Amino acid sequence: MAYGYAGVLLEVDLSREKTRVVELGDDVLERFIGGRGLGAYLLMREFHDRWERLDPLSPENPLYVLTGPLTGYYPGVKLLVTAKSPQSNGIVGSVLSSEVAIELRAAGLDGLVVRGAAKDPVYIYVENGEAEIRDAGHLWGLGGRATYRRLRDELYREYLARHLNRDGLPREPSFIYIGPAGENRVRTAAVMAKWVHAAGYGGYGAVMGSKMLKAIAVRGTGPMPRARWPGWVRHLIGEAWARLNKNALTKYWGTGLGAYMVAARTSSEPVRNWQEEWHANRNLAPQAFEAHWVKRYWGDYGCPSTCMKVSFLRNGRYAGSATDAPDYELQAYLGPNLGVQEPRAIIHLSYLADELGLCGIQTGNVLGFAAELYEKGVITSEDTGGIELRWGDAEAFARLMEAIARREGIGDLLAEGVYRAAKRICEEKGVDVTRYAVHVKGIGVGAHGVRSGKDFPAYSYPVGVQGGDHTSAPRLPVTRQWGEHWMTFVDSAVICAFNADTVLPFEFLKAITGWDVDMERWAHEHAKRIIAVQRIALLLGGPDAYWDPRRDDDLPPRFYEPLPSGPFKDRAPSREEVEEKKREYYAQVGWDSLGVPSDDTLEALGIGFLKDAAGRIRKRLSENGGG
Amino acid sequence: MIFILRDPHRCSGCRLCEVACSLRHEGTVFPEASRIRVIELVPGIDVPHLCAMCPDYPCQKACEREGYNAIRIDEATGAPIVDADKCTGCGACIRACPGKVPRLHPVTRKALICDLCGGEPACVAACQEAGYGALRVVPATDRDLFQLYATLPQFLVERLKETYYGEAAGEV
Repeated sequence: MAYGYAGVLLEVDLSREKTRVVELGDDVLERFIGGRGLGAYLLMREFHDRWERLDPLSPENPLYVLTGPLTGYYPGVKLLVTAKSPQSNGIVGSVLSSEVAIELRAAGLDGLVVRGAAKDPVYIYVENGEAEIRDAGHLWGLGGRATYRRLRDELYREYLARHLNRDGLPREPSFIYIGPAGENRVRTAAVMAKWVHAAGYGGYGAVMGSKMLKAIAVRGTGPMPRARWPGWVRHLIGEAWARLNKNALTKYWGTGLGAYMVAARTSSEPVRNWQEEWHANRNLAPQAFEAHWVKRYWGDYGCPSTCMKVSFLRNGRYAGSATDAPDYELQAYLGPNLGVQEPRAIIHLSYLADELGLCGIQTGNVLGFAAELYEKGVITSEDTGGIELRWGDAEAFARLMEAIARREGIGDLLAEGVYRAAKRICEEKGVDVTRYAVHVKGIGVGAHGVRSGKDFPAYSYPVGVQGGDHTSAPRLPVTRQWGEHWMTFVDSAVICAFNADTVLPFEFLKAITGWDVDMERWAHEHAKRIIAVQRIALLLGGPDAYWDPRRDDDLPPRFYEPLPSGPFKDRAPSREEVEEKKREYYAQVGWDSLGVPSDDTLEALGIGFLKDAAGRIRKRLSENGGG
Repeated sequence: MIFILRDPHRCSGCRLCEVACSLRHEGTVFPEASRIRVIELVPGIDVPHLCAMCPDYPCQKACEREGYNAIRIDEATGAPIVDADKCTGCGACIRACPGKVPRLHPVTRKALICDLCGGEPACVAACQEAGYGALRVVPATDRDLFQLYATLPQFLVERLKETYYGEAAGEV
């Protein structure tokens, strides 16, 4: 068996109430590594001949909860969740911080796969390789904090009774869960952990909800899987700590310096649904946010960076709101993107997103979209059930967020996410609102714009296999840090991008698994292979959305409107520039002129089984003519 | 003789101490076999949990009573040292500890108690180098006070909850 792995997944079938162990071949692990790569491969191996018919919210969609060979060894803990995405209808590798990843590795598992759907609400309890399906009727309907408290209390009582006097004090239970949004199959629902951690991109909270699965708790008591060279691993951990300990500002502010910086420095922050990308509002300074922290340094297992900061509001109209930092994405999307300029209000909205189990990015995106439609008069307070969606009115946005999570009134429409909501509004109102929908392939774009040319490259989102996901946006050359190829390593080794670079994690991979892969080789073999698998899934799409690269490998229309303000006023990418770079990217990664991985590419990457699927995509595209 | 002071207000919950401990004692990352634990029952509230070196060593006495004599006290550091050959994994030391600090190794089933790494604890170094200073080594001067660290984390969590989140947060 391969070093650095358990070599097995535990499969839990909620329909048949059965569990079994799934062996992972060494060859599969070496080619797909873990996490995102492994999940994408397993999904396509099973569904390549019928992906279009697989409804992401049906029991047939398997939910993968995965670790990677570096999880637990490399500083900082991440857990990867994937399935067919109810947002893009492709495959999104979605990560959150959760000690469930460590527990899985300690339980002798590389991950879990959940199949089927329960009739009544359940949670899964895993201990050292055994799984139980348990009733979750008492947890269904609860918000994040109450879910956390009740499940923690229940599990900890059980742990104490079993272990305290026999083998000592157990650590606190680790679990992931969904809030009301996931239960209600809101397509922008996240998988949550510890109040504030969220795997948002992809919408896998809705997939858990569709399975009536409220939570997954894991307890493992073993060591991390055996490494090829343990002494070298110990040395590397020391080296990583020494380096990361020097990242003074990451530690100090986390990404919470972004609300001011990304706007003022690079003009690439969403402001009022991306109508602008610049502000220099000193009220959004990190100094203003940190004034509300009750804890400056907060981290999960093994992370020297501790970029999370606990915000808490004790008094005033938002009393009781607690969140981490908020991090930059939520600062931006629930702040300036909604015209909200007050850190307290942003903390509250961020707390509310966590509480409801909504992805803060996708939710801020769809709320901004709705507010712009309100501003333009496309929707009125009659549509919103009386909510007056004025920029900066945090209470109005809070009410709409609740309505989305509960699918009430217009919330039911917006719960479909910005792409599907826009499509329906176009049909119902007979007005073209797609120009206000800032998404790429069904996924709202992260809070990093392209128009100033100072942040993300213009061609990045259009060709990414995870749509608007800012944590998976391609860059050229493909060996660059933060580009999609590098991110596939981070997401497949399952570590935190903020702790990684282009060298050290590969040394860990070698010391742990014995496999000699550097960034160069990773980009041209593994990443290319994983991205090809994801690209095929994305272009197969279905059953309710299909993408055409000629139309959809593009920026949202808004990103072609010149910036109206700031030091980079009037800048916008040209369509020619995006088109040209797109071609260059296709050539680099071995996709044909339609943007489909060529048969030669698939063969060379050892995934020739996808040629039929690629053929189906080409057939559909040729039947559609120019798209 | 030394003592590890611990400050929950400075503890980030990062568990570098646990990683350092298991690397030192087990040669790998092994959370359940770490001699020091950080317990986080409420998000953001982190309580380091490790041996408090009670001057009367109830763990050692209990082991003696059972007739195993598997715990001796290190003269230089004052740490209780478990003799794995003599330990039967009966758990008497755990039950005798006012803080339920010892645990049984999940694989060997021998008692795990902080041995202060012979005087230079790896956990403290990790915490200090990372800049948190939640753990620090001091001379073991006031052991009648230090022994009061031997308590279940819940005892402190109730109070820390009030300080961090107060009533506004409702039940957490």
